[in-house]
Amino acid sequence: MSNPLKIQVRHLNFFYGEIQALKDINLEIRANHVTALIGPSGCGKTTFLRCLNRLNDIVEGARMEGEILLDGTNICGDNIDPVQVRRNVGMVFQKSNPFPKTIFDNVAYGLRINGNYSRRKIEEMVEKSLRDAALWDEVADRLQDSAMELSGGQQQRLCIARALAVKPEVLLMDEPASALDPIATQKIEELIRELKTKYTIVIVTHNMQQAARVSDYTAFFYLGELIEVDRTEKIFTHPGLKRTEDYITGRFG
Amino acid sequence: MKKKISEQLGFLVLTFSGIFVILILGVILFDVISKGIGVISWEFLTHPPREGMTKGGIFPALLGTFLVSVITVLFAVPLGMFAAIYLHEYARAGKLTRLIRLSIRNLSGVPSIVYGLFGVVIFVQTLNFGTSILSAGLTLGLLTLPWTVTACEEALKTVPKSYREGALALGATKWHSIRTNVLPYAIPGMLTGVILGLARAAGETAPILFTGAAFFLPHLPKSIFDQFMALPYHLYILATQHHAIDQVRPIAYGTALVLLALVFTLSLTAILVRYQYRKKMKG
Repeated sequence: MSNPLKIQVRHLNFFYGEIQALKDINLEIRANHVTALIGPSGCGKTTFLRCLNRLNDIVEGARMEGEILLDGTNICGDNIDPVQVRRNVGMVFQKSNPFPKTIFDNVAYGLRINGNYSRRKIEEMVEKSLRDAALWDEVADRLQDSAMELSGGQQQRLCIARALAVKPEVLLMDEPASALDPIATQKIEELIRELKTKYTIVIVTHNMQQAARVSDYTAFFYLGELIEVDRTEKIFTHPGLKRTEDYITGRFG
Repeated sequence: MKKKISEQLGFLVLTFSGIFVILILGVILFDVISKGIGVISWEFLTHPPREGMTKGGIFPALLGTFLVSVITVLFAVPLGMFAAIYLHEYARAGKLTRLIRLSIRNLSGVPSIVYGLFGVVIFVQTLNFGTSILSAGLTLGLLTLPWTVTACEEALKTVPKSYREGALALGATKWHSIRTNVLPYAIPGMLTGVILGLARAAGETAPILFTGAAFFLPHLPKSIFDQFMALPYHLYILATQHHAIDQVRPIAYGTALVLLALVFTLSLTAILVRYQYRKKMKG
């Protein structure tokens, strides 16, 4: 069975000033699946991720060429408002970045931007998002506490809840567990597996095992190029290319 | 052995320099407090000068300095804040940005008397505000502007990039992200700089000399277009322009003490604000 394509990237080139960080990337991302981006540091996977919600727009001297189709619409066009793109494509950062506000206000932040929800509605949606992020039981009785008081793992799940609250279609995750201990990491991974029933997830990870555990598809980036992409079990058992195999088996990288 | 002696010698020089700084401040404070404390009273603070300034208080000067400071804040704070937001959040690296920064840096080096002359030409004459609280306040505002802009920009720098990106990633516009997720955390820092700038402005004489400060006024100013008396100028007059030196000397010291207390209070407020802010950012 073939899944509908949520995102199609065509001939994507990306430059920081004179330096080309991404070279002719072509990639299809399937809806309701997890796609992992792997590769050594500096290979362009984070840059690629940030193209998908046009967060690179804020980087001075950055330039993007090519097409990224989200449900068939090119989101790279000059006529497309990046703010609108980001409402459909949420992001969770490598270092959890809760705002120094209350737990409630963190999750409500996006809701308050995006519309005229009633107080009640916001409360409902905050609770639902926290439940979806598997954090509700831990914070239900202290929503008015500062988010900075949460543990590292909780902070990251809070950031996921915050991203989910605005109901994106795609969720981008930039090494979401790299700063967490094994138990917190496990929770995040379980969460990712649950979330893919509702969202399309793209995750950057340095951790091979993590990619193998959570993803359906894996894309291997190297020096700004997309070397290989395939079903995760195939990439990890019978990679098509030598370079992929070398990286996965830890021979370089 | 030689090395050790030279190190000890260096240490001695450094320690002495440090202590010397404290000493100077100590002497000034001691001098002003010991000679000025005698005249300080409720009456001194709340009554106008009498009998050719040889008796009475300094209330009009205190009020004048306060009113001018209000104008200074109203003018310099929004302008400095917006300039800093532009520079730090919006301006792209380029010739214009570099020129603005260079100008700000040079502005802070302009002698205050030059600001005074500029104030006369622009505010008093060209804009026809006359010699008034408004002209003097605006002139002092210009003087503090480099401080305000720099302090506000430094405060913006302390807000992590992740707050901005986090908000943008949730679909906030740039301005919304700045307004709701950057400024609230930068404002205490901005305040610190603004207060310190104000403390400096409140003690300045040269910029208000031609722009609105009066030698003596028999009545209090009724609007911002009136002239006013100000603490630093009052002090200057008492110290150098008055014929009855012996009679006014204590009053001059009293005025100096009040001015010092005012400036120190402002600085202390700035420190407290910063302290609270740091605590909040950590929590």
